[in-house]
Amino acid sequence: MIEIDRITKVYEGQIAVENVSMTVETGTITVIVGTSGSGKTTLLRMINRLEEPTSGDVRINGDSTRSVRPHILRRRIGYAIQGHGLFPHHTVARNIAAVPDLLNWPRDKIRARVDELLALFSMDPAQFRDRYPAELSGGQQQRVGVARALASRPDLLLMDEPFGALDPIIRNRAQEDLRRIQQKLGSTIMLVTHDMEEAIRLGDRVAVMDGGKLVQHGPPAEIITRPATDFVANMVGDVERPLRLLSLIPVIEVMEDGRVEGAALSTQASLRDALSACLWTGRAEVPIERDGVLVGRVTLDAIRARIGSHA
Amino acid sequence: MSFGKLLRPALVALLLALVLRPTWFIPLFRPLAPAGGPVIYERASLLSLSLSHLGLVAAASAAATVVAVTMAILVTRPAGAAFRPLSRTITNVGQTFPPVAVLALAVPALGFGAGPTLVALFLYGLLPIFENAITGLTTLPVATMEAARGIGLSRLQILLRVELPLALPVILTGIRLSVVIALGTATIGSTVAARTLGEVIIAGLLTNNTAFVLQGGLIVGLFAVLIYDAMVQLERHLSRRMDSASSLS
Repeated sequence: MIEIDRITKVYEGQIAVENVSMTVETGTITVIVGTSGSGKTTLLRMINRLEEPTSGDVRINGDSTRSVRPHILRRRIGYAIQGHGLFPHHTVARNIAAVPDLLNWPRDKIRARVDELLALFSMDPAQFRDRYPAELSGGQQQRVGVARALASRPDLLLMDEPFGALDPIIRNRAQEDLRRIQQKLGSTIMLVTHDMEEAIRLGDRVAVMDGGKLVQHGPPAEIITRPATDFVANMVGDVERPLRLLSLIPVIEVMEDGRVEGAALSTQASLRDALSACLWTGRAEVPIERDGVLVGRVTLDAIRARIGSHA
Repeated sequence: MSFGKLLRPALVALLLALVLRPTWFIPLFRPLAPAGGPVIYERASLLSLSLSHLGLVAAASAAATVVAVTMAILVTRPAGAAFRPLSRTITNVGQTFPPVAVLALAVPALGFGAGPTLVALFLYGLLPIFENAITGLTTLPVATMEAARGIGLSRLQILLRVELPLALPVILTGIRLSVVIALGTATIGSTVAARTLGEVIIAGLLTNNTAFVLQGGLIVGLFAVLIYDAMVQLERHLSRRMDSASSLS
């Protein structure tokens, strides 16, 4: 559990982060979202002490981050940034091994961990281990950057706009990968973004920052349906609110019995996918399947009813 | 590339012959020597002069490298940034001072011989290395530096594992310039009795023996060209894996 306790950062009289408190549960993703200058990156950087807080405290599993020297603290906290920041003069394997190497893990354990992570990110270890970062595509570099951050099984993973430099298609894939890997490893992640879409997609909890203050912190559905301030409502975007909410609700929630014709959606799909399928095919309902077997249908009326209950 | 592949061994062979078997060149140099005078310099072996020449250059360049890189590291730390203009001025003065003047001034203090030459070569070699080291250490990729701190490298580890390796190709360029300047400049060290290949050239000038001048000049020139080439190859090799293949070609 990560506890941020009344943390404040003042730069030359300018308040960058003001009295922010929040708790992050182990094994969850918290996305900090805000415009540039909102203090979201400063907040993140105070957790691994790349910035020293002016006042307040951060505790990881009960221990204050002030109790160890900064570079020792950072070895326990994964860190991935926009533009990956890989070491261009080291191979992929050496990049991923950077922190385990600092922690003096035995060689064979490091090698096994590197291969395990490469496989986890769908990169063939034999093919990629000995390449240099310049020989990888942007998406691959970014994956290696995240793999490096996860290498020593840190208590916490901090990510500062990790997907900001990727094009939309690769970004989608990277977000799915992160979700999948986080669920598999049970990692605790704090991620900073300016993109509300990304925040809603990835976050178990979303924290909205504005002018150095934490203006709302809660599950994504709550951020969408009950924005605390006009700023939050603005970030969510009035026009896209229903669609964003739909993207959070699995079809299984409003599925009913009945067989219909047409291309089926999986039970993992969201209501947004179902709505899209209805609109595209011109039908009022869409079949749902699980492992290739039809199990029910979702109707436009049911989607309308589900979303209308929030209005 | 085939140009380099053919030319390089040919130049190495020519240099070795000039230094080790100078008598082979008697027919070639005879027309340039004064009638009845010696064709090949024989007061000292060309091999020992070459080794002494290279030794002086290596010692001065090594000292200049250590001092210049250390200074560059210090003034690129947050605590040393204030000294950057001052250190720039000092190294610039070292470069502006003509080596002959340094020799003249150093002789009373250090006496005749290798001492004044070492000082002159050292001072002359500082600037290119210092400037390149500063450039190399201040133009590192921002995200890489941020990540290095963020994943928990200490300041010394960042310097040794990230900054210096990444700046190395640029620093090497500075060392290369400095070495090549020193190779040529070392010849005037013989005016204050340092044992260098300049001895051959000066003897030739004093006795109107163009054969000597050409001999000394050729050997120094070939050393300069070949050492320059070797260092370019080394820089290429080091930066090849860091850059994408396209930026090299």
